[in-house]
Amino acid sequence: MDSESRPDPDELLKQIKDTEQNHLKGKLKIYIGMCAGVGKTFSMLQDAAKAHGKGVDTLIGFVETHGRSETEFLLFYLPQLPRKTLTYKGIELNEFDLDSVLEKKPRLVIVDELAHTNAPGSRHTKRYLDILELLDNGIDVFTAVNVQHIESLSDTVSRITGIKVNETVPDSIIEIADEIELVDISPEELLQRLSDGKVYTADKTRDAVENFFRKGNLSALRELSLRLAADRVDRQVRNYMQVNKIHGPWKSSQRIIIGVSSSPDSTELIRWARRVSYTMNASWVAVHVETPVPPDEYRRVALNKNLELARELGAEVIVTSDVDVVNGLLRIAKNENATLIVIGKSPKKNVFSAFFKSDIVTRLLNESGTIDVFVVSGSSESGNEEKKIRMPASQSGVFQYLVSAGIVFTIALLLYPLSSIIGYQTVALILLLVVTLLPLVMGPGPVLLAALLCPVIWNYFFVPPKFTILIGKSEDILMFFSFFFIALVTGVLTTRIRQREKVMKQREERAVALYRLANDLSKAVNLEEVINESVKNIENYFKVKSFIRLAGCDGKLKLNVNENISSKELSVAEWVYTNSKKAGRFTDSLPFAEYVYYPLTGPRGTYGIAAVKFFDKVSFMEQETLLKNFLNQTGSAVEREILNDRAGKAMILEESERLYKTLFDSLSHELKTPIATIMGSVSFLIERKKDSNASVQELYKEINTASIRLNVLVENLLDMARLESGKLVVNKKPCEARDLMNSVLDKQDIKENKNRITADIPENMPLFFVDFTLIEQALVNIIRNAIAYTPDETKIKLQFSHDGSYLYITVSDNGIGVPEQDLDRLFDKFYRIERKNSGGTGLGLSISKGIIDAHKGTINAYNMTSGGLKFVIKLPR
Amino acid sequence: MNCMNENILVIDDEIQIRRLLKISLEDSGYKVFLAGNAKEGLQESVNCRPSLILLDLGLPDEDGLSVMKKIREFSETPVIVLSVRNSEKDIVSALDSGSNDYITKPFNTGELLARIRACLRLYKPEQKIPQFINGNLEVDFSTREVKVSDKIVKLTSTEFSLLALFIRNAGKVITHGYILKEVWGKPFSDEVQYLRVYVAQLRKKLESNPSNPVMFVTESGIGYRMKIIE
Repeated sequence: MDSESRPDPDELLKQIKDTEQNHLKGKLKIYIGMCAGVGKTFSMLQDAAKAHGKGVDTLIGFVETHGRSETEFLLFYLPQLPRKTLTYKGIELNEFDLDSVLEKKPRLVIVDELAHTNAPGSRHTKRYLDILELLDNGIDVFTAVNVQHIESLSDTVSRITGIKVNETVPDSIIEIADEIELVDISPEELLQRLSDGKVYTADKTRDAVENFFRKGNLSALRELSLRLAADRVDRQVRNYMQVNKIHGPWKSSQRIIIGVSSSPDSTELIRWARRVSYTMNASWVAVHVETPVPPDEYRRVALNKNLELARELGAEVIVTSDVDVVNGLLRIAKNENATLIVIGKSPKKNVFSAFFKSDIVTRLLNESGTIDVFVVSGSSESGNEEKKIRMPASQSGVFQYLVSAGIVFTIALLLYPLSSIIGYQTVALILLLVVTLLPLVMGPGPVLLAALLCPVIWNYFFVPPKFTILIGKSEDILMFFSFFFIALVTGVLTTRIRQREKVMKQREERAVALYRLANDLSKAVNLEEVINESVKNIENYFKVKSFIRLAGCDGKLKLNVNENISSKELSVAEWVYTNSKKAGRFTDSLPFAEYVYYPLTGPRGTYGIAAVKFFDKVSFMEQETLLKNFLNQTGSAVEREILNDRAGKAMILEESERLYKTLFDSLSHELKTPIATIMGSVSFLIERKKDSNASVQELYKEINTASIRLNVLVENLLDMARLESGKLVVNKKPCEARDLMNSVLDKQDIKENKNRITADIPENMPLFFVDFTLIEQALVNIIRNAIAYTPDETKIKLQFSHDGSYLYITVSDNGIGVPEQDLDRLFDKFYRIERKNSGGTGLGLSISKGIIDAHKGTINAYNMTSGGLKFVIKLPR
Repeated sequence: MNCMNENILVIDDEIQIRRLLKISLEDSGYKVFLAGNAKEGLQESVNCRPSLILLDLGLPDEDGLSVMKKIREFSETPVIVLSVRNSEKDIVSALDSGSNDYITKPFNTGELLARIRACLRLYKPEQKIPQFINGNLEVDFSTREVKVSDKIVKLTSTEFSLLALFIRNAGKVITHGYILKEVWGKPFSDEVQYLRVYVAQLRKKLESNPSNPVMFVTESGIGYRMKIIE
């Protein structure tokens, strides 16, 4: 078989998994249009009305009609959800009410404007997150979006229309949609509709036509939306071919690697790569190579943003460290079996790099071997933007520069009176020493300043002729330039060493922190310690406030309201736990919270939440990866402890059960052996009639009857003990009424009274599911009771009947019944009514009741009007 | 009695029960050997070549079930298990691991002797049964003809195999699981309802009073027994 066209097993598995998950999840249908006014909402509502007509439980979650009459007309027929009103800074905002939809649980919800940004104070920052939550809860959703709001297209759109798009949705939501409907009309028709006033009111229309609805714009947007739809269809066809093993032109196992840096060009590169990977059906990896030179704060934030974007758009993100960017990239590319490397063309070239090494693009092209390299150019304006912001972003403040200059001047001042003694050349050496030592306390900028200042100061104040920049002797000129050069190089080199050291130290700190956590967690012997250790480690390392809460046995988060955590925070914690997603401050869900909440998960499930309070977004974004590592470890440790606990409990339970059985067995053995001996001997004697006369035989029979009674008593006591201990196992099997009756009537003591008992079993009595031995025991007890408590001439009747779901067994006699007040207490333990010839144990009926209860049935006693007592047993079939 | 020279081994930890059994069994003409624990019992079961073993399930030094399995490793001697009520599960396991019958303590000596006789009769190797007669039931295996009170009764093939199984084990208890496995095959060994239906049909066709069967009797919680009508 052609290996190229064989479906990739992983791919197939994913396909199956996808279909399986879809069963639990709600279905998402997205209506896509090129811009406002094409009729997305209208066709969405038409479909909703159709579904509603078919009897699907449909609800309008949030639809904006913009006063369009056709749309409003449709809305009239559908049940609508009232909007939630939020007040933000004195303004009332209407929002989609997610919670009441989750409460109502309809089959289908219509939520317009997928790209909408929710008002502050809502659970999620974006509406598409609301929709994801609806889908997770098994609710189908119809929604609509314009093509310009799709993340990977927004750049292109703003370039075409010149309007910056702020509200975007990640492409992944388009991908997870089960169905996409393109709502398309021609630009001419749209313009016609605009001028007819069907889209906006007259004054708004003019603005709109001038700004946005130009025919050229519309055509371009239309092409974008058509292409989006076509891409998706293409992908569906490919999926279909792959699943159904149809040979096609597709080529699997394409893997794209993109190099990501902090530059804004990278943002565009990421979007571009996503589109390409989507159309190529390739997986893609975003790689960032950390070099020893630490990025400044601005760059770090930008980098994190870029990596986050890549993650959001579906890339796998790898951060590696290497001295050399090209080597790092190639190493990852080889490990990941990449077929294509995509990088941005870097415009920045400084003097040094031009001298020391050729630029990244050229080197990558030379060294990439069989891997294709694609270079994407960045837009020039973004380059400017970068420079603008880079300047003030250096690490040291003005203060450091002043201090640095101050130190140099002070040293020079101190040396000035000495220079006549030690000579001005020695001064140069001392100043050089200062420059060498400065990097220990200063950033690179101030060091460079010092390196520049020192030779100048030396020249001006110390080298004759003094107080001029002129130098008299030729060797001094040489000395000056050497000084200048040495100071500069020493400054730069020591700074670089310091920086590397810093990075190394940081990395080591992280490794040590993780190691320490692992160590502490492995030493913790119970859940409480695991949590305490983890919280301690997190608080120490990140310098934040943090807490961890676990779920109780009932699957609910154990939260005490009296803790000094507000109820608002508690509700966020609950949400995080139930949805197993992070939320809280600096995230997209429930950002109004004070803490960031993470679900605490182990390999087998979610066990609780961890809350961390970061003070600024920058440190949060920087530390998040490491924090997640911490939490993963904690999750595993928590899981380990929980599993240990469970195993321990199971062992104790098993042990107690074993003990119980041993005790019970020996008890029953001890009690029954003497009875068995008596009965065995006496029955032997009864059978050997020849040894004795009639009166002795009578006595033997008395012994026999008494021992049978004793045996019944012992068995009743044991049964009662078993019932009360809860160790009774009901082993239901199909049984036949006649069988049951025969077994009951076969008991020796009942057999002796057989002539008093009649049985009534209807023909075609179906099989029923009960524990044969237990029900037999229950009936035997009731009948024994009837025999014992009624005069000898009384008849006992056993009746079976049934209806659709129950089996009824009645045992009745024509005796004198029991006093009404005793009826209720009949099934009580050791309760006996005063009657002369009883001889019962007072346990039989309560055992019967216990057995029937264990079958989830009922037993009741009645005095019949015709006289006599009647027991009715009702058992589920 | 025709059971002279039959050795019976009693394995029970209770001396009183051992004495009782010795007296009553010897009175019926059996030669009786006694063992008070599993170790002795296993030794004796080799030494005294018993024709039948009475085995108590509650032994002090070893679980009766495992003794049962050990006996079956070297011998096909019929074993009747002695046990207390409420241990149906143990009884079924014992039967499934090779014991031939069971009797619950306290027992009636007459009943015990009848079980012993049925067991010994069953294991006479020369006894091949082309024809089987029990009460007014008559089965001819060569022609597969079944008669009740000299009247031919038609059985379906499943009913006949069920009947044949009962006859092969006449007088002895057989567990639900065993019957289902033998007649319907292993995958059906949990489908007790099949069995209930077919036993009811056999009773209808072969018993003189199907609602009060005397031949195909139910052993509650364990299985069925074809009683020998004497």
